[in-house]
Amino acid sequence: MDFLNAFVALANFVLIPATAYGAQLALGALGVTLIYGILRFSNFAHGDTMAFGTMVTILFTWWFQSMGLSLDPLPTALAALPFGIVVTALLLLGTDRIVYRFYREQKAKPVILVIVSMGVMFILNGLVRFIIGPDEQRFADGERFLISARDFKEITGLEEGLAIRTTQGITIITAVIVVALLFWFLKSTRTGKSMRAFSDNEDLALLSGINPERVVAITWVIVAALATIAGVLYGLDKSFKPFTYFQLLLPIFAAAIVGGLGSPLGAIAGGFLIAFSEVSVTYAYKKVLGYLLPENMEPEGLVQLLSTDYKFAVSFVILIIVLLFRPTGLFRGKTA
Amino acid sequence: MTRRDASLFVIVAALIAGTGVLQSWNSALAIVNMGLISAIMALGVNMQWGYAGLFNIGVMGFVALGGLGAVITAMPPVEPAWAAGGPRVLSALALGVGTIAGAVMLWRRMRKGPLRPAVLTVWLVAGFFLYRAVFDPAVQAIEAIDPAATGYLGGLGLPVMLGWAVGGLLAAGAAWLIGKTALGLRADYLAIATLGIAEIIIAILKNEDWLSRGVKNVIGLPRPVPYEVDLQESAEFLAQAEQLGLDPVIASTLFVKLCYAGIFAVILLALIWLSETALKSPWGRMMRAIRDNETAAEAMGKNVKARHLQIFILGSAVCGLAGAMMTTLDGQFIPSAYQPLRFTFLVWVMVIVGGSGNNLGAVLGGFLIWFFWVQVEPLGAFLMEVVTSGMTDGSPLKTHLLDSVAHMRLLTMGVILLLVLRFSPRGLIPER
Repeated sequence: MDFLNAFVALANFVLIPATAYGAQLALGALGVTLIYGILRFSNFAHGDTMAFGTMVTILFTWWFQSMGLSLDPLPTALAALPFGIVVTALLLLGTDRIVYRFYREQKAKPVILVIVSMGVMFILNGLVRFIIGPDEQRFADGERFLISARDFKEITGLEEGLAIRTTQGITIITAVIVVALLFWFLKSTRTGKSMRAFSDNEDLALLSGINPERVVAITWVIVAALATIAGVLYGLDKSFKPFTYFQLLLPIFAAAIVGGLGSPLGAIAGGFLIAFSEVSVTYAYKKVLGYLLPENMEPEGLVQLLSTDYKFAVSFVILIIVLLFRPTGLFRGKTA
Repeated sequence: MTRRDASLFVIVAALIAGTGVLQSWNSALAIVNMGLISAIMALGVNMQWGYAGLFNIGVMGFVALGGLGAVITAMPPVEPAWAAGGPRVLSALALGVGTIAGAVMLWRRMRKGPLRPAVLTVWLVAGFFLYRAVFDPAVQAIEAIDPAATGYLGGLGLPVMLGWAVGGLLAAGAAWLIGKTALGLRADYLAIATLGIAEIIIAILKNEDWLSRGVKNVIGLPRPVPYEVDLQESAEFLAQAEQLGLDPVIASTLFVKLCYAGIFAVILLALIWLSETALKSPWGRMMRAIRDNETAAEAMGKNVKARHLQIFILGSAVCGLAGAMMTTLDGQFIPSAYQPLRFTFLVWVMVIVGGSGNNLGAVLGGFLIWFFWVQVEPLGAFLMEVVTSGMTDGSPLKTHLLDSVAHMRLLTMGVILLLVLRFSPRGLIPER
């Protein structure tokens, strides 16, 4: 029995990666949930918006790197991030102007807007592949680890190492800052209040003189920021590949729906719920159990509940269970 | 069919014929064959979306299941693999199904209270480990049998056209399962659920080597039509080719493609006839009434949930049939080739562009969009040549632009979809 080593192994392979992944999902789900709350449709182009924002950030990162700019020990991408956000915000505002506004004025059914967002998804997907190509890109530079496994072993004298990558640290810190800012904005500023009012009751908000176009525009800008940050953090932590970002749509939507569409708090809870389940179900517990169980009882197999290829199944099952037993999500989002 | 609809079909036919004249009849026939299959897929989606307003974006999963149906029906069985683990795998699957059925029973039979979730969890966990204990060694045994050539159970060795029906049935079975759980959810929840299930189906096909050989792919599926090589050796065929003044190699490929086109066309026509008859019948009117106002239809005593389930299964089965036909046409089953943009969203573009709610519209959309999907690349390449003609050869921008032509497809499809939704939201042949 070696409780401490078991815990360190668990933290290293499950808790820390899942926290970082959960923060990324939560930021993505916040974007989805905001669009749902204000614009009242599920935006299928969100994954590709993330890909677009990340792509712009990567291009700026390369440019900065070629000029010798660096934030060492932090990744250069953090300096490029604001530029990525601005370009993505311009793109989303443009899309809203050219595409979505027409249907908003027509008061089209939400499902039509969903199909429209499918068209936008195609275009963004094509655009990203056209500009940066469909291949994998790694753009993280700077210091790789906050604590490397070897340092940790030396400091603590434990058998098992605990590594915290810089990107994981950045992800968690950035997510906390962004979420705090967002909640402060929604709770305390006039604009934030008008957004919440608009989300709660559109007609009443219009009556009290809130300018809907302004609310919509601000929403798109915030969504651009959230999507780009989520995308860049995910790309720094893992790697950037347009198709992976498209596939992120499923866990992100699962997170937003599980939390309750339209509820920002729910989106965060949903993101972590999905991330922790995904990582913990697909992790092979052989090592952890090896420390916990007496020597002769060590498991032979990997003790992996599901192979990692089935991680989509995890988000899906959670989604279905929540929808069957609590159709409005954990945090009572919108129903209609 | 009005004169306008007919002229639209003539235009699409002319486009494809133009391909034949300008490029080659071989590629024109290839477009026709995949166009026929796309039209069937579009018919399936149109049943769900156009008749009933169900938002299914898991088409890819049903298409892939159809392909699996063709594989497990038509491929020759791998006897040693069956001997090694066949019955064990089947019993493991039965155990899995039994566990889930038992869980549902428990949930229904037991009274509400803290005991119910506890018993259910224990039952499910025990069932899962039992299932894995039987399943894992059986799979290992099967996959160990000559993994380079087989490593899977193989099929039943039956005629491949029977596999098309099996493909449809498999898709229908999956649709029943999904429909039972996810129908009745709101439109966008159903969308996400179907998107998820499609990804899961593809993940299963990629990873369960014992079933579908996974990423090792199944190649050399039996055909319902003669092989080119055999044709080229038959004296009778060679004589006929000579009479027509055709090269025997070209003649044989054209003949094979024409055979496929004939079979597919018969199936498509039958499906069009069936779905038109259904749409015009009281059943079709009821479906549209449910789509337009569920509450009113329910008040009139229509069982909305059952009708939705019914149409969901029917539409998915049609998609599965098309998937099996496509796998047969390709002669191979490649799980990693199934991409949502190509197999789900492209079919949606077909339905929307053609005209949702109208069967002929879906068919037209299938042909038209498939034509564009194939032809955008050469067109885009030509366009890029023109755009970049002023740039110096070998400049990085020029090479990049020329290399990226392949991604023009998605962009074009998005633009077509948005333009149609904006300026002709009911599609080329609107519902009437």
